[in-house]
Amino acid sequence: MKVLVPVKRVIDYNVKPRVKMDGTGVDLANVKMSMNPFDEIAVEEAIRLREKGAATEVVVVSIGPAKAQETLRTALAMGADRAILVTTDDAVEPLAVAKILKAIADEEQPGLVILGKQAIDDDSNQTGQMLAALMGRPQGTFASKVEVEGDSVTVTREVDGGLETVKLAIPAIVTTDLRLNEPRYASLPNIMKAKSKPLANKTPTDYGVDTTPRIETVKVSEPPKRVAGIKVADVDELVAKLKAMGVAA
Amino acid sequence: MQVYDAPLRDMRFVLHELFADDGFGGLKKFEEFTPDLLDAVLEEANKVAKDVLLPINAPGDIEGCTYENGVVRTPKGFKAAYDTFREGGWASLASDPEWGGQGLPESVNKLVEEMICATNVSFSLYPGLTHGATTAIEGHASDELKHAYLPKMVSGEWSGTMCLTESHCGTDLGLLRTKADPQPDGSFKITGSKIFISAGDHDLTDNVIHLVLARIADAPAGVKGISLFLVPKFMPNDDGSVGARNGVSVAGIEHKMGLKASATCQINFDDATGWLVGQPHKGMAAMFTMMNTERVSVGVQGLGINEIAYQSAVAYAKERLQGRSLSGAKRPDLAADPIIVHPDVRRMLMTMRVYAEGCRALGQWCARALDAEKHSDDPEVKQRATDFVALMTPVVKALFTDLGFDAANLAVQTYGGHGYIREHGVEQFARDARIAMIYEGTNGVQALDLVGRKLPANMGRNLRPFFHAVSNLCEEMAPKQDKALKAYTGGLQQAFGALQLSTATIAQKGMKDPEEAGAAATDYLRLMGLVGMGYCFLKASKIAYAKLAEGAGDDEGFYKAKIATAGFFFDRILPQATAMFLAIKSGKRSLMALDEAAF
Ligand SMILES: Cc1cc2nc3c(=O)[nH]c(=O)nc-3n(C[C@H](O)[C@H](O)[C@H](O)COP(=O)(O)OP(=O)(O)OC[C@H]3O[C@@H](n4cnc5c(N)ncnc54)[C@H](O)[C@@H]3O)c2cc1C
Repeated sequence: MKVLVPVKRVIDYNVKPRVKMDGTGVDLANVKMSMNPFDEIAVEEAIRLREKGAATEVVVVSIGPAKAQETLRTALAMGADRAILVTTDDAVEPLAVAKILKAIADEEQPGLVILGKQAIDDDSNQTGQMLAALMGRPQGTFASKVEVEGDSVTVTREVDGGLETVKLAIPAIVTTDLRLNEPRYASLPNIMKAKSKPLANKTPTDYGVDTTPRIETVKVSEPPKRVAGIKVADVDELVAKLKAMGVAA
Repeated sequence: MQVYDAPLRDMRFVLHELFADDGFGGLKKFEEFTPDLLDAVLEEANKVAKDVLLPINAPGDIEGCTYENGVVRTPKGFKAAYDTFREGGWASLASDPEWGGQGLPESVNKLVEEMICATNVSFSLYPGLTHGATTAIEGHASDELKHAYLPKMVSGEWSGTMCLTESHCGTDLGLLRTKADPQPDGSFKITGSKIFISAGDHDLTDNVIHLVLARIADAPAGVKGISLFLVPKFMPNDDGSVGARNGVSVAGIEHKMGLKASATCQINFDDATGWLVGQPHKGMAAMFTMMNTERVSVGVQGLGINEIAYQSAVAYAKERLQGRSLSGAKRPDLAADPIIVHPDVRRMLMTMRVYAEGCRALGQWCARALDAEKHSDDPEVKQRATDFVALMTPVVKALFTDLGFDAANLAVQTYGGHGYIREHGVEQFARDARIAMIYEGTNGVQALDLVGRKLPANMGRNLRPFFHAVSNLCEEMAPKQDKALKAYTGGLQQAFGALQLSTATIAQKGMKDPEEAGAAATDYLRLMGLVGMGYCFLKASKIAYAKLAEGAGDDEGFYKAKIATAGFFFDRILPQATAMFLAIKSGKRSLMALDEAAF
């Protein structure tokens, strides 16, 4: 069974993002970029499945700027087998990505597509779901546990009320949550090997997909600054204030 | 706050850009290591340093190593971190692939070492000493010993030590007493007590392999009668597992100022079985193979602490609100301005910064020479690299560790009282940095090595590659019209003049009276270090200007900062060269004037 893992190059999770002066987006000049952390978890899960013998090959794919090649190399260094880079300078949106992934899945015929539940740059949380719909296959989102048995995969999902377990027929789509695993550090020998692993260069037109953005960003602004707190003298004053704010009856 | 993120942009600058034309590059052996691959290695090393080693740095300092019933334990988390480190292949980064290493160049290794030392210098000693021990074994041991020990040591499953020091003998190894009795089977029985042995015993590996200096019966007195032996803690079985315990025991561990998570052990050898490494009585030469790469690595300890001290100070200086800027409030919305607005705080931050960037560049030059010395096919290049390494090894060791301690001290000062208390982890940098000025030969002894051995060797030939590079750069830059570059060049020319004159003075006076050379040594080493850093900053500025002229895109900020940082070095640090020159010129007179009784 093949596992397909899409990975996105995003602003590094340690970086404190700054909004551009003109409010058109986040300033990415000179900012450290890394693999989306949820995608790292997806790569890790796929490699573990291969190490357990449940999968035979891990194929990673990234859709984005030419520099996303570095992100793919990171995934290869972690242990993925080969990579596909679909280069576009458009700001990629979930639907276009899902369409390209659908086309790649048609070619590659993976048993599982494991994606991050969302990318930390736009927090869309849509691509996996859209891909499942386009492929007409079952989905197990927000996975905290994934077990493959024969023709099915059992996914434990983190939902609001607790955990939900679903059993899906393969091929299936899984999106990862934070607690699924802890991604490994790439070992030095694997970093060296990653260089010679195959990486195919493609464009959206190869898959007949138009990536022109359909969503217009009207404005991006910093979250409001926290205003200073106040000290209350006693519980009575606290209750009075809360009532005045309408948060206590 | 112990704050660290490897300065990857500057590391890539020194690795790929700064020395592209130094003649030491382009080694066939390293063709496969393309820049993007090396960058990926540095990125991942940064992750391991930040996420695995830094979190156990301050806790390791507080807990320290423990010794109980002859057993030494490292602090909590060290074993797990060591396993992650070893399994990732980081322990064998620069080792020979013949023995299972990754065979990466020293130029990269030294940058990775910088990250490890910055985030946990105590930890760095365990893999560091093992690596040093493997180089001595590779260079001098019999094939049998190599096959029995190198694979396990290169993989980091077994660790190594170097056992030189005894209670009555530190600098002067000629005094050492540990004995080696030849046995009929060709082995030796080693008996004696060693002290201060780093990584001498611990719980990170299954076996500890000691490289011990000892004296064979009837050996000539002094350093010419010392031999090197390999003595394992456990005798290895033929299948590579560990067997019976050898006659090696730990009598205790030292309680020290810093470096607390590194086990510094007193070790007793009682008829312990050992094997000769290299020729009888030639132990010092064999040990020096190990010491030479180790000395550069100890310099890198200073650099690593310098960098984390700098970053931690910058983080605090941007947050701590005290006083108002002398040029008017910068943050009127806050109760006070962040202390980074104050010129005196800037002085401290900039000093740490130029020390780190200057040492990183000079260290990289030296690391590239280490690679060329070992792997160049061109005998002329090889010779030049060898001469350069010989000259620069004591400079790198002493300069980097002196400045590293100074930087740690400045970080404490930047934090004020909050630096002196434990909570922020900044005083640890000062305590941890202090030892590097002492071990692997004190910095005073490094200076003597420079003036007493490295200068006179081969009629001064060791100086040539360095002096040529500096004078060529000055000549090339002198006609440049740009104002800043002109001033930088003038500064370097003046300091270089002071270095040349001092060299001549020492050569003349030192020949007649060796005490004159001894009196000049420490100042002379600093002077050479200043000129070395000045050379690197001028070259870096030249490159930065060229890149900016081409249009540096995203890198514009980096190059502009490089030029401004160099400006601080030329304005505020390099002028110290004149003071060194005057001190050297004054000779030994005032230094030796007092009678011993007057002290
Ligand atoms: C934490 C720690 C770890 C260590 N790890 C190891 C290890 O792993 N293996 C090992 O073998 N040793 C180790 N050492 C020992 C270390 O290398 C020695 O302490 C060092 O070489 C200095 O020797 P000493 O302490 O005997 O000082 P001394 O030699 O007594 O020196 C005292 C002072 O005199 C000066 N001096 C001495 N001789 C001369 C001279 N000829 N000319 C001018 N000045 C001179 C020195 O510079 C110094 O300032 C370690 C020490 C420490 C504290």
